[in-house]
Amino acid sequence: MAPSTAGAITLTINGEKHTLPVDNRTTLLDALRERLGLTGTKKGCDQGQCGACTVLLGGRRVVSCLQLAVAAEGREVTTIEGVADGERLHPVQQAFLDLDGFQCGYCTPGQICSAIAAIEEHAAGWPSAATTDVRPEAGIPPLTADEIRERMSGNLCRCGAYVSIVQAVARAAEDSARTAGRTDVTDVEGAA
Amino acid sequence: MTTTTTGTVPVIGAVGTAHTRIEGRDKVTGAARYAGEIPFAELAHGWLVVSTIARGRIRSIDAAPVLAMPGVLTVLHHGNAQPLESDYVGPMGTPDPALQLFQHDRVPYAGWPVALVVAETSEQAREAAESLTVAYDEEPHDVAFAAGHPEAYVPAGNPRAEAEQEKGDLAAELAASAVVVDSEYSTPEEHHHPMEPHAAAAYWDSGRLEVVDSNQGSIFVAQELARLFSLDQSAVRVRSEHIGGGFGSKGTRPHQVAAAMAATILHRPVRVVMTRRQMFSLAGYRSPTAQRVRLGADPDGRLRALDHQGLNQTSTVHEFVERSADVARAMYDADAHHTVNRVVRLDVPTPTWMRAPGEAPGSYALECALDELAEKCDIDPIALRARNEPTVGPISGLPYSSHRLLACFEEGARRFGWGDRDPRPGVRREGRWLLGTGTAAASFPTLVAPSTAAVTAEADGSYTVRITAADIGTGARTALALVAADALEVTPDRVTVLIGDSDFGQAILAGGSMGTRSWSWAVTLAARSLREQLALGGTVPPEGITARSDTAEALGTLPPRERHAFGAQFAEVAVDIATGEVRVRRMLGVFAAGRIVNPLTARSQFLGGMVWGLSMALHEEAVRDETTGTVVGADLAGYHVAANADVPLIEADWVDDPDEDDPVNIKGIGEVGIVGVAAAVANAVWHATGVRHRHLPIRPDRVLAAGTGALPQAADARG
Amino acid sequence: MREFDYRRASDVPGALALLGTEPEARYLGGGTNLVDLMKSGVERPALLVDVRELPLERIEVADDGVLRIGATVTNSDLAAHPEVRRRYPALTQAVLAGASGQLRNMATVGGNLLQRTRCAYFADVSKACNRRVPGSGCPAVAGEHRNHAILGASTHCVAVHPSDMGVALAAFDAVVHYATADGPGAVPLAEFYLPVGDTPHRETALPPGALITGVTLPPAPVAAASRYRKVRERASYAFAIGSVAAALDVRDGVVHDVRLAFGAVASRPWRAQAAERALIGGPATAEAFGAAADAELTAAEPLPGNGYKVTLIRNLVVAVLTELAEESRQTEEATR
Repeated sequence: MAPSTAGAITLTINGEKHTLPVDNRTTLLDALRERLGLTGTKKGCDQGQCGACTVLLGGRRVVSCLQLAVAAEGREVTTIEGVADGERLHPVQQAFLDLDGFQCGYCTPGQICSAIAAIEEHAAGWPSAATTDVRPEAGIPPLTADEIRERMSGNLCRCGAYVSIVQAVARAAEDSARTAGRTDVTDVEGAA
Repeated sequence: MTTTTTGTVPVIGAVGTAHTRIEGRDKVTGAARYAGEIPFAELAHGWLVVSTIARGRIRSIDAAPVLAMPGVLTVLHHGNAQPLESDYVGPMGTPDPALQLFQHDRVPYAGWPVALVVAETSEQAREAAESLTVAYDEEPHDVAFAAGHPEAYVPAGNPRAEAEQEKGDLAAELAASAVVVDSEYSTPEEHHHPMEPHAAAAYWDSGRLEVVDSNQGSIFVAQELARLFSLDQSAVRVRSEHIGGGFGSKGTRPHQVAAAMAATILHRPVRVVMTRRQMFSLAGYRSPTAQRVRLGADPDGRLRALDHQGLNQTSTVHEFVERSADVARAMYDADAHHTVNRVVRLDVPTPTWMRAPGEAPGSYALECALDELAEKCDIDPIALRARNEPTVGPISGLPYSSHRLLACFEEGARRFGWGDRDPRPGVRREGRWLLGTGTAAASFPTLVAPSTAAVTAEADGSYTVRITAADIGTGARTALALVAADALEVTPDRVTVLIGDSDFGQAILAGGSMGTRSWSWAVTLAARSLREQLALGGTVPPEGITARSDTAEALGTLPPRERHAFGAQFAEVAVDIATGEVRVRRMLGVFAAGRIVNPLTARSQFLGGMVWGLSMALHEEAVRDETTGTVVGADLAGYHVAANADVPLIEADWVDDPDEDDPVNIKGIGEVGIVGVAAAVANAVWHATGVRHRHLPIRPDRVLAAGTGALPQAADARG
Repeated sequence: MREFDYRRASDVPGALALLGTEPEARYLGGGTNLVDLMKSGVERPALLVDVRELPLERIEVADDGVLRIGATVTNSDLAAHPEVRRRYPALTQAVLAGASGQLRNMATVGGNLLQRTRCAYFADVSKACNRRVPGSGCPAVAGEHRNHAILGASTHCVAVHPSDMGVALAAFDAVVHYATADGPGAVPLAEFYLPVGDTPHRETALPPGALITGVTLPPAPVAAASRYRKVRERASYAFAIGSVAAALDVRDGVVHDVRLAFGAVASRPWRAQAAERALIGGPATAEAFGAAADAELTAAEPLPGNGYKVTLIRNLVVAVLTELAEESRQTEEATR
């Protein structure tokens, strides 16, 4: 088997199939930005240390800077460009916009993708490092401000928009919990 | 006032009401394109190579093997780079020698740019750059910054900012003081780290050098590039539409010069993006400081003597003064008053402005010293500040344009619950946490700089503002739309604001908290002028009617005043002295910072400044390895900025404080939010534990090393 | 980053065979550490064998009560699994204390065990490092070593292992299972990481080419009352500067069983057996907990800049065991 350092991959991105040639070194982040023109996903550190490049891979949030594109072959990717419903913003996007959950906007797509997944992870019953009792018998922890802070800590924001980010995530989570008929989203200070 | 010719009902009052960001939708959908994201046909990718030694000369660069690698287009270095102009005084003074890219073989610090590799793809460029062999002749270096460095000197000042200022007999007043505080403080090397790394793409178009960049002032970058490349100003255009944060670091930097050089040689667009690691040596940083504060007071806390001495490092090739001691000149009077900023040259990169330069580290030392004095005098820290509130500038003797510091403290104390505070340290416990509260004052000079603007009445009844402003996350684009709307007496939705294009003419950069004030002034003058033209009647032609302004003349008539924004910072902390963990539980900042243009985004900016202060207090430190002269752990896992979990509910608010000399009554809010926060946190840590932390950041290892210096009752106290 | 070949394996024998085709090959799991190290030039493989799709993604309880965790189980799935949360809550806490939600969704159990030190000198190819380039020296000893080892280090290397998960696994007697071309093997986690000595570049006891297939945890009733406490330089998304995994079974005020392991103090998760021996059969008091920590930490050899870790670990042991003892007392009272 002759070594091959490049090849073609097929990804389903925001519901659309793309086949593209990639250097094996190309990360999913660079494939999105440099090959597909999907520059909404940001490169902040390129080392998995800031979260700006967060996308959903197979429905789960990941840092696309450490995901080799070739290793994502055949998988489904959702980027910031694919979370709105046409012209209607995703509730997390709307909350970030309304509550000013950003300043320069560079970490924002990653924050929003991360928040969408964090709300789903919480709804699925995943505990976090802020959860006092992780045993399954303890049930799903309420999505308090401290829970949101911990779950969103993989997304650095150098402008320091964290206070409004927490409020935006809380508001979006409340919306989504209300839609789902759940009442375990409580206690977020200043949530609008 | 005249009415517009558009026939609509005039609307006044956009300024002062909350508006979401004009570009907000683009930013939450990913549609906003930043500098490194603009596509170009035939784009080539440049990757900088920086020195691995801290001092010496380049012996050789072996480019041939790299040129043979796949996709590599060129390798630029001191052996083949085009000559650059160096004999000029640019918009920011004499040029930073780091912009003299590849002009000689000398290496003045680790991380100095030594080559640029350009290739067809970024992967190829990266591998080629990492494969480039650079041989050095190394020389001994000194990167060890410390108080009392024997080569420290007092730099030459300028009329507006002398390095050293004094009045009265310091020694005599200290000797006559009933209470004396004499403390040394230090702050570490800190880095801006905007989330968007510095990025620029350069290309030639019809004889013009076009640069798509991420910067804080496109006209400044354009002028610097024109000087460096000996081009007419009109032959350079720099655009910077969206900027992923700057904080002082995004001026002219080696990446723009490198991109322009490579585009010139290759005749195609070239993009150069700094890596996060490269930003540690190529993007500037805040110098470490060593400060000594001596306060002498009467028993009631009235200051007789104030001495604030600051020391910072700079490189061996360029001088930068971190003006830590200046803050005392605006804040507190004393019979004897001495302030000095000293500098020492080391084999390190040149520091630069970083959010609240001078005031951020200076206020940490001064406001901690005030807290120590309050403790010694046994008076409330806020009462101590009230007792020493100056009526005129302590050194200048000038009246203040406004001075509402005490109003900030009063409002803040009420909302924070300061009145119920037990001043004793180390007596409050909740589980494993010792609790404490602290406060500090904040201030930052209110500056303004000449700017030009153009406002066009379009034939369709809308208006277009053009100004070389930069929105680095401040909300400037939105603020200027509100200002223009009010000046034009229309609703903001009829105003389009175009910024970030050097073709729009001279305007101050986004820095020093003077952007919105300076730009709003220019926009207001242009809008007024336009309304006068429109008042003459007639129809608007298809190309519109444009009025222009230049504020240089108006600014020249500003009466001399002490002009500052002020604020009162409050923090509550929890300290686990068994693990050294410090958590900030809540913070409140109340500011007097002129008229607030957009309360929604202004709140964000104040909060952001306060988060910076928290991060400075607890997290940020770049440690320089003395053996290699480099920053250890030069990435965002090694250099910690506050994460979401570090930041509690913070409140920011303001008191009325219009600047009557400004047409929009603006001061400036970008810097004052960080000032005093580290002191408030450190004072709260003392209140919690009884230990004064005079070295930032207040990290677990330092809290543990301070041991249980806490008062003996701390361990048993229940409060 | 050097150019490399990439192959995806669909079964374990296939993965082993692929790796055997190229001496400079590496297995690729979640990539959260390996891809980063490839970008910084620390790792320069010629071939990546992607093992993420191997059928090793299950967590199950065997008939003998042993918990079997597949090597490609993500950190997220491990932490969220009900049996892990019920039987080994400290393991869930340890995993959740590491990295970020995004990284935990990518990172695998096998990769977590094999992640490299975060020593900044190791990660910077312009610096000397005995672990990366044997014989080149260790600048951390005289340099910046605030977060370096106090136990089990040598003058050749003072780096610490960064895993949180591994600390809990060490406390619960995990066994690492692997496959080789010659058949399967297993090694207790306690012997998985080799002593540093003068060969810091030799990190694990895995045979050359071996592929981790999973980790097993024997039943441990004591683990149901367990806790992981991590101290770091910010509240989240940072590596530990000291951590403790502890489990405690107290009956009538006497320590019946105890597990104790430390993180960020050594080149491996540090099982504190001396401390455990000192505690078994003795009183469950803060004094006894402190004395036990001292028994373990007498071996500590801090560097000039990391002596605080001795205090930190001692205080953490006392704090965590005191909490567990108090909760045990309350449970005993409630059941009486």
